[in-house]
Amino acid sequence: MNLILKVWRQPNSETKGKIETYPISNISPDMSFLEMMDVLNEQLMTQQIDPIAFDHDCREGICGMCSMFINGEAHGPDRLVTTCQLHMRKFKDGETIVIEPFRAKAFPVIKDLTVDRSAFDRVQHAGGFISVNTSGNTQDANSIPIDKHDADNAFDAATCIGCGACVATCKNASAMLFVSAKVSQYALLPQGKIEASDRVMNMVKQMDEEGFGNCTNTGACEVECPKGISLENIARMNREYLFSNLKG
Amino acid sequence: MTLIASSIGRKVAMALSGLFLIVFLTQHFTINLTSVFSKTVFNEISHFMGNNPLVQFVLQPILIFGVLFHFLMGFILEIQNSKSRTINYASYKGSANAPWTSRNMILSGIVILSFLGLHFYDFWFPEMNYKYVEVLPLNSERYFEEMIHKFQNPIRVGIYSLSFLFLALHLYHGFASSFQSVGVNNKYSKAFKPFAVAFSVIVPLGFVFIALFHYFIAF
Amino acid sequence: MTRLDSKIPKGKLSDKWTNHKAHINLVSPANKRLLDVIVVGTGLAGASAAATLAELGYNVKAFCFQDSPRRAHSIAAQGGINAAKNYQGDGDSTYRLFYDTIKGGDYRSRESNVHRLSEVSTNIIDQCVAQGVPFARDYGGLLDNRSFGGVLVSRTFYAKGQTGQQLLLGAYSAMNRQIGRGKIKMYNRHEMMDLVLVDGKARGIIARNLVNGKLERHGAHAVVIASGGYGNVFFLSTNAMGSNVSAGWKIHKKGAHFANPCFTQIHPTCIPVSGDHQSKLTLMSESLRNDGRIWVPKKLNDVKAIREGKLMPTEIFEQDRDYYLERRYPAFGNLVPRDVASRAAKERCDAGYGVNKTGEAVYLDFAAAITRYGKEKAHVKGLDENDSILVKKLGQEVVRSKYGNLFQMYEKIVDQNPYEIPMMIYPAVHYTMGGVWVDYNLMTSIPGCYAIGEANFSDHGANRLGASALMQGLADGYFVLPYTIGDYLADDIRTGKIDTDLPEFQNAEVSIKSQLEAFINNKGTNSVDYYHRKLGKIMWDKCGMSRSEKGLKQAITEIKALREDFYENVNVPGTTSEFNEQLAKAGRVADFLELGELFAKDALERTESCGGHFREESQTPEGEALRDDKNFTFVSAWEHHGEPSKAKLHKEDLKYEEIEVKTRSYK
Repeated sequence: MNLILKVWRQPNSETKGKIETYPISNISPDMSFLEMMDVLNEQLMTQQIDPIAFDHDCREGICGMCSMFINGEAHGPDRLVTTCQLHMRKFKDGETIVIEPFRAKAFPVIKDLTVDRSAFDRVQHAGGFISVNTSGNTQDANSIPIDKHDADNAFDAATCIGCGACVATCKNASAMLFVSAKVSQYALLPQGKIEASDRVMNMVKQMDEEGFGNCTNTGACEVECPKGISLENIARMNREYLFSNLKG
Repeated sequence: MTLIASSIGRKVAMALSGLFLIVFLTQHFTINLTSVFSKTVFNEISHFMGNNPLVQFVLQPILIFGVLFHFLMGFILEIQNSKSRTINYASYKGSANAPWTSRNMILSGIVILSFLGLHFYDFWFPEMNYKYVEVLPLNSERYFEEMIHKFQNPIRVGIYSLSFLFLALHLYHGFASSFQSVGVNNKYSKAFKPFAVAFSVIVPLGFVFIALFHYFIAF
Repeated sequence: MTRLDSKIPKGKLSDKWTNHKAHINLVSPANKRLLDVIVVGTGLAGASAAATLAELGYNVKAFCFQDSPRRAHSIAAQGGINAAKNYQGDGDSTYRLFYDTIKGGDYRSRESNVHRLSEVSTNIIDQCVAQGVPFARDYGGLLDNRSFGGVLVSRTFYAKGQTGQQLLLGAYSAMNRQIGRGKIKMYNRHEMMDLVLVDGKARGIIARNLVNGKLERHGAHAVVIASGGYGNVFFLSTNAMGSNVSAGWKIHKKGAHFANPCFTQIHPTCIPVSGDHQSKLTLMSESLRNDGRIWVPKKLNDVKAIREGKLMPTEIFEQDRDYYLERRYPAFGNLVPRDVASRAAKERCDAGYGVNKTGEAVYLDFAAAITRYGKEKAHVKGLDENDSILVKKLGQEVVRSKYGNLFQMYEKIVDQNPYEIPMMIYPAVHYTMGGVWVDYNLMTSIPGCYAIGEANFSDHGANRLGASALMQGLADGYFVLPYTIGDYLADDIRTGKIDTDLPEFQNAEVSIKSQLEAFINNKGTNSVDYYHRKLGKIMWDKCGMSRSEKGLKQAITEIKALREDFYENVNVPGTTSEFNEQLAKAGRVADFLELGELFAKDALERTESCGGHFREESQTPEGEALRDDKNFTFVSAWEHHGEPSKAKLHKEDLKYEEIEVKTRSYK
C-alpha cells in the first residue's frame, strides 16, 4: 500500500505545532498502525528528520498507552480497538491519513503525538481506591458474597484502560466516562460502598479542576471506547454525586 | 453552592430546567391546540392564563427564570466546553460516533432563542403592554383574533415552522438524555425513550400544524 | 567458585517464614518516617511494594518509564492467579501448591521461597478482594475458580481474560491512596539510569526524566528493583515494547549477581509473525489447547500450496494431516506442558512444515471440537445430530461462549475467521524465570538493594506454571519485602537523609551523561532497532527453544561482534535534552546486548536440559529433555567483571528437604 500521512509535529509543549505531510510506500495491509509508524520513523531517520514521538507499550490493546486521533477518530476508524490493534487493512491504498494527538486542555502535548495524561492519575489520587491497608489480615475473600450481576457490572466498568479516547473524542473534552467507570466499579461492590460518598465528591472535584469539559450526553465516548465502557456508568456517577450532595 | 458549580451539578440543572420547560411546552401546546377546535375554549383558557394572579405572578416569573436559566447555563457550559480544547482537530469526524442533534444543541438552542425573541415581540410584549402598561380594559374575546392575525404573514409562518423544526431537533436529544443526566439509565428510562422521541417529534410538529391550519383556514 | 549464602532461616520448612518474621528486626513507626525507599517499576510487584511500604510509614519514591504506573506490563496477564484457598474443596493445600510449583519449575527453584509463596498466596486473594478487585464469581456470589496448566486442582482465581489488569489496577489504587496522602512520590516517565552505592550500600539512583532529558539524583536508604523480565532480549516477545532489563542490568554491573539468565519460558500459543515488520507478538491463552487440535500437513506439497494460497487447510484430508503432539505424546496429546509443546512445533517447522508464508506457524484446529460440541448440543436439544450445518452452528456457539474474546482478537490481527479456518499459532518468548539473584529476604548481593517480582529469579526454577507470575509479584510486594526490608533498615534509623551531593552521586551522573552524549554524537548509519532485531534473531535461533554447544558458542561470538558494531555504527537522532525515545531505547538495547551474551554463556555452562532450557546434547533417545540432577542442582549466579565473557560463576546449591526430586514424563 502507498499512503499519504499528515502528521502533527510539535517539538515540545512550549512550541507551536503544525501538520507535516509524509508519503509512505510498501505498507503491508497486515501491519498494525503502529508498525506502520515504526516504518515511517525508520524512513524519517534515514532522511535526517526527527522521528515522530508517539506513546505505545504493550501493543496488545490493554496498557492504554497508545493514543492518536486518526482520520478524525480516536484510535482510528475501527471499533473496540486501540491504535495498536488497528490494522492497515482498514485503509485504502492511496488514502490520505490525518494523524493528530489526543487533544484536550487537560492533556497537553509533550511532543508530536505524545500527550500528558497525568490528569487521569490525579483524579484517581483523589479517591480512586478503597482505603484498606495491606495487613494480610483482611477478612476471608469469600466472607462477603457479591451478587454476580453486580460483580460482572463492576468488572465491566473496571476494564477501562485509561487511554483517554473518551476525552479525545468528546466534543467537550469531558472525562466523565473515565471517572464514572472508576466510581462505578467501587460503588457496585460492598467493599467500596463505605466511602462511596467521599470518593465521588473528591473525584468529581478533581476532574473539574483538571479542566475537562462538561458531559452533554452525545454518547461519542461510548462508541469510541476501545473497551466499550457503557454510558450507564455516567448515569450512575451522576446519581451517586447527587445523592452524596443531598446527604451533605 | 458547590453543587451548582460542579460539572455534574450544572448538567443536572440543565436537565431539570429542560424538563420543566417541556412541561410548560406541553401545557402551551394543549392550549394552542384548542384553537383548532374551538375559538371559545381558546379564548376562555387564554383569558384565564392571562389574568389569573397565580399564573401571572407566580408561575410566569418561574417560567421566565427557567427559560433564562436554561439559556444562560447553556451558554456558560458551551463557553466552558469550548475552552476545554484549546487547539481544535484538523480532522474531526463527529458524525462517526454521535448524532447531529446531540452535537449541535447550542445551534438548535440559539435558533429557539431567536424565535423566542420573535415570539415575545409578537405576543408577550403586546400582551404585557395591553395589561400592565396601557392597562386597557379586559376583553376575554380578543385572544383568538390576535393569534389569527399573526398567522396571516407567510414569512412569519415560515419562520415559526422552521423554529419548531429546530425545537424538535433540540428535544430529540434533550428530552431522552435528561434522564441520563439526572442519573437514571435503567430499563425504565430505556422503555421511556420511545415516548420521549415521539414527544420530540409530535409536539413541535403539532405547533407547526396549528400555525399552518390557521394560515390556510384564514384564506 | 564460591557458594552463596541464601540466608534461609533454620527450622522446619513450614515454620520458616513465621519464625523468621517473628525474629527479624523491626523499625518503629516514628523511625519509619525518617527512612526513604526507592522502588523502580510499578508492575504488580513494584506497585504493591510501594503501596505497602508507604502504608507502613516509609517515604517512598516510585519510578516508572511509562506515562502512568498503571501501564506496567503486568496489565497484560490474561489467565489468572493461583492461591491455595481450596474453595472448591478439591484437596488443594499450601503444600500442594508448593509441590506443584517446585515440580513445574523442574526442581530448580529454592524450596524455602516457594513454600513462603504458597503460604502467603491466600492472603493475596483476601487483600485484592478487600481492595475491590472484581474477580469472577458464581451465582451464589462466591469466588469462582478455573483449572490451569495441567494441575490437578482448581485454584486459579480470574477476572475473565484480564486478571493481570484487574490485579494491577488494584495495586495501582493502593498506590494512588498513598500518593494522595503524600507518602509516595511518583515519578512517571522517568528511567533509572544507574544505582548509586555509598560505602558498599545502595543509597540511591540516578534517574532520567524522559520528558526533558534531565538527569536527577535520588537518595534513599534502600532501593527496590521491580522492573520485570528481560524477554525483549529476543526482540520479538509477548512483552511490552518498553520492557527492558536495564534496571536489573545496572545493579548487576554494580555488584548484584544475575541468576539463571538462560531460563526463559516460551509460550506455545501465540499469533505467528506475519512479516519482517512485526514489532511484537500476541499471546493467545493456553486454555485454547483444551479444545484445539494441533497439526501440520504431512505432505510438503500441501505446505507449498498453502503458502502460495492455492490450498485451504480445510481442504486437506484427515489422512494427510500430522497431529504431531497426539502422535508423539499419546497420553497427554495436545495438553503437554508449554515447553514440550513449543519444542514440538519448532521441530515440525524446522523440518519445513510451517504453514504460513514465514514458515513458522502450525494449525490449532477447532473443527473437531465444534462438531463434538455441536452434536452434544443437538442431542440435548433433541435435534438432528446428523444435520452437519446445524451441528456446526450449535458447536460454534459453544466455542464462542468459551473463547469468544480470543477468537475475536485473532480475527482482528490475522483477518481470518478462526471458526471456519484453523488458527495459526507459533511459540513466542513470554517470561523469564531467571533474574537478579536474591537471598531469602529478597536482597540482592548489594546491601540495601532488593529485587522483586519477575526481576528476581527465586520462585519458578527452570519453568513457571501458568497463573503463578501474578501470585509471585504480589506476594513479594505485599507480603514479603515490606517485612524483610525492615530487618535491613533497622540499622539505618540514625543515618539521616542521604546526601545526593556526595561524590558517588556526582560521578554516577557524569558517567551517564557522557554515555548519553556518546550515543548522540556517534552519528552512525544504523538505527537502534536494527541492532535490536539482529540481536533478537541471534537469540531466537541459537538461544531459543533448543540450544546446542555449537550454536551457543556462535551466539556468544556474534553478540559480542554485534555489540561492538552497535557502539561504532548506531545512529541516535535528536539531543539529550528533549523527549527522545530513540535515545532511551539505545540505552536499553545496549544492556540487552550485554545480557544476551551472558544468557548464552549461562546456557552453554548448563549442559543439562531442564524446564524451558533444552540442550540438544542432553536428551533421551526419544528426544525428550534430560535433566542432570547430580551436576546441576544449583542456581547459577553470575558476578560481573568488566564484561559478560569475564563474568564469574557462583553456585547456590539447591537442597530439597520436603520434596522428592523426580523426572517429568508426558508419554
